[in-house]
Amino acid sequence: MSIGESLSAETVTVSGHGGDEVQAYLARPAGDGPRGGVVVIHHMPGYDRGTKEIVRRFAELGYDAICPNLYWREAPGAAPDDAAATARANGGVPDERLIGDVGGAAAYLRSLPSSNGKAGVIGYCSGGRQSVLAACNLDLDAAVDCYGAFVVGTPPDGFPLKVTNLVDQLPNLRAPLLGLFGKEDSHPSPEQVAELDEILTASDKPHEFHSYDDAGHAFFAVERPAYRVAAANDGWEQITGFYKEHLGD
Amino acid sequence: MCTYATVKTAIDGSAKGPDSGWFSVTSGTIYFDHPVHAMAEHTLNIDFANPAKGPAARVAVELTAASARELVAAIQAALDSAPVELTS
Repeated sequence: MSIGESLSAETVTVSGHGGDEVQAYLARPAGDGPRGGVVVIHHMPGYDRGTKEIVRRFAELGYDAICPNLYWREAPGAAPDDAAATARANGGVPDERLIGDVGGAAAYLRSLPSSNGKAGVIGYCSGGRQSVLAACNLDLDAAVDCYGAFVVGTPPDGFPLKVTNLVDQLPNLRAPLLGLFGKEDSHPSPEQVAELDEILTASDKPHEFHSYDDAGHAFFAVERPAYRVAAANDGWEQITGFYKEHLGD
Repeated sequence: MCTYATVKTAIDGSAKGPDSGWFSVTSGTIYFDHPVHAMAEHTLNIDFANPAKGPAARVAVELTAASARELVAAIQAALDSAPVELTS
């Protein structure tokens, strides 16, 4: 896979859960392909500038990349922070809808004439859990979980958002999983990362985890105090190698 | 971490942002989680909103945990300082 210097980015519409038309941000390298695709699941603060930079980075790495706006239904056209606030107040994104929207985004990528038929997924923060959720329910070729909470573990009593752990779904995981975590994170804690590792090992599910010293939650987020350059740089290298192996020609 | 924690409360009042006029607010969403703008990994966030007017009808604050506690105490002190017949 060549790494091109030219790329384009635009807003498109994909057919999401229930056939709903959902806004999405698409970035593509120049050239005909064939190449793999990456679905980026945005974090809880929404379909924001930082997430779109990540989408463009995947295009720079040689992939067709897309991020569906998971809050499009609640807040079409709203500023990302306002949309995130609205979605939060409404209880968050239901799992079933997330699966439908990621599935629609992956289908969009595979329909592109440049596609090699392979599509991966990556998510950050709440999107990390959703990346695993998608890989348990959709035909994807690779999944990356960046510090997603509540893949294992139990949300507190009275939890207002529609979040459960994914332990009962993990036997259905149907893509190799790369997990990137901070040792100073508490959700997921190092113990929870170890528990997930044990479950996947016992189920003979291909996976590869990296946990970083001096890093907590959201260490990839360049515009936030949580950013940790060493962890983020190595994390990007792991992602690059993982996708090259599973999404390449 | 994403705490996901969210507390909602009905609100009866008004709010104003720098680029908007006053508007009535009907709901408050309070959560301790990642901020959008504040330079802290987690903050106490409050959205004063009027969902009937759309997602942009919102005044948001992101406060460090310490300053949020001070705000709670200050609000209580201000309410306590007023004649009880005005605040009951």
